Amino acid sequence: MVDFRLQSARMTAALTRILGLHNLALAEDVVQDVLCRAVELWKFHPLPDDPTAWLLRAARNRAIDLIRAERTRLRFSPDLALQSEWTLSPTVNAMFSESEIADDQLRMMFSCCPPNLPPQAQLALVLKLLCGFGTSEIAAALLASDAAVEKQISRGKRTLMRAGALYEVSGREQIGKRLESVQRALYLLFSEGYHGSHEPVRAELCREAMRLCGLLAQHPACATPRTLALLALMCFHAARLPGRAAEDGSLLLLEEQDRSLWDRELIRRGFQIIDRSAEGEELSEYHLEAGIAAEHCSANSVRETNWARIVQLYDLLLALRPSPVVALSRAIAVGELRGPREGLDALAALPDRDRLDEYPFLPAAEGRLHLRAGDRAQAAESFRRALALARNPPEARLFEARLREADAPTCARPS
Amino acid sequence: MPNFLYVFRGGMSSRTFSPKEMQESMQKWATWIQQLTKTGNFKAGDPLESGGKVVRGSRKVVTDGPYAETKDVVGGYLLISAANLDEAVELSRGCPIFDNDGSVEVRQIHQM
Repeated sequence: MVDFRLQSARMTAALTRILGLHNLALAEDVVQDVLCRAVELWKFHPLPDDPTAWLLRAARNRAIDLIRAERTRLRFSPDLALQSEWTLSPTVNAMFSESEIADDQLRMMFSCCPPNLPPQAQLALVLKLLCGFGTSEIAAALLASDAAVEKQISRGKRTLMRAGALYEVSGREQIGKRLESVQRALYLLFSEGYHGSHEPVRAELCREAMRLCGLLAQHPACATPRTLALLALMCFHAARLPGRAAEDGSLLLLEEQDRSLWDRELIRRGFQIIDRSAEGEELSEYHLEAGIAAEHCSANSVRETNWARIVQLYDLLLALRPSPVVALSRAIAVGELRGPREGLDALAALPDRDRLDEYPFLPAAEGRLHLRAGDRAQAAESFRRALALARNPPEARLFEARLREADAPTCARPS
Repeated sequence: MPNFLYVFRGGMSSRTFSPKEMQESMQKWATWIQQLTKTGNFKAGDPLESGGKVVRGSRKVVTDGPYAETKDVVGGYLLISAANLDEAVELSRGCPIFDNDGSVEVRQIHQM
């Protein structure tokens, strides 16, 4: 089956490479036009045998026509032989080969993540240009308003077009810093899907982040240990997506999840990739996070999880990238390893605790530890605070269920 | 059975649609037309290219068309057979064009 979103992203990348980054808007118009024609035709008539090839061919032909008609008036990519009729068609044809389109998407990815654009704007651009999302779809994914996204994208595109040409992805030395922002953007895209948005956008964002990270991992210069660790991390998290929510869409805690729903194939892939990511010297935050996720994936239950190893990895992660959320996760792991009292102590000792004032999973973690320590009243109080901070219905349902559990009278009490 | 012409106006021209929305709309149309084919009502149909010419008057003056507002531009047609006008109208209700503010004009083909 043809995927308009994916193909629109691929065509946009190829056309931008041919027409030049300064003609980005023109490239987008061509894509819109090609898709419109396809929609009109395929509304009435059966799809051709290979609709994807049809779309790419249409885009290629439109590009050739456009260059013929406008080459005296407009300037296209100066490094391509587009001026002479002898070379025009073969040049454009070559730019539509699978390997070129993959490289063009990488160039576009790097172009979308310049240091002078804030991460949120980079994400919006990646979703627009590399994932084929529309404005409202991006707004829904990033929990922003249509108007805000619209503004972010038009500003972002202006920044992009000022760069003149697509970012040239060549040797490791040269792309180093920019590769890190690309990895960061893909990490954020994945996290947005994993933690932020509601179904079914969630799975879609995770899939897109994995597809783009997969493109990085296939390119010799971009397939650094960090990139591979990031991809492994995504595999381990994505493998656990199917078990993360109950049938009614409410979130489930780790101990409630049915581990037989986890995607074994993805976990296997994650382990393969994490092995390859260990080849270098570097131990990045992605390595550590992938290591933690790998521990969860290889355990049969919460009880059988190697919490000592997980606490150790969190300690390394905290040293490398101190963050309140990582510190919170570490405290929860300490609670699993050494018991609820120590877990509560670790929570109380969190550095920058006030930065988590709005974060519902802090009181929720406290509630669970109180519950395990047998203090129901304190637990109920904590879950009530978590519920008040819930950011979406699935979170609210999770905390409501915990609260009911804490409030329920104990069966053991004598009458 | 008499034949009827559906004339489609407006629809997806009202705003820019995302690739996903376009694909969804296309699939709805394909499903609707497959349904009409299965029931034996479908005879023919095509989209029309945007743009065209209008030739008018005894002097056969040629102007660029379509001239109307986008919502009035004819975007395609369908030829179907139905028992009568009522049935043809009923069948047109399944058309996805109504999701996007378009219209269907239903006309009976005059038979000799």
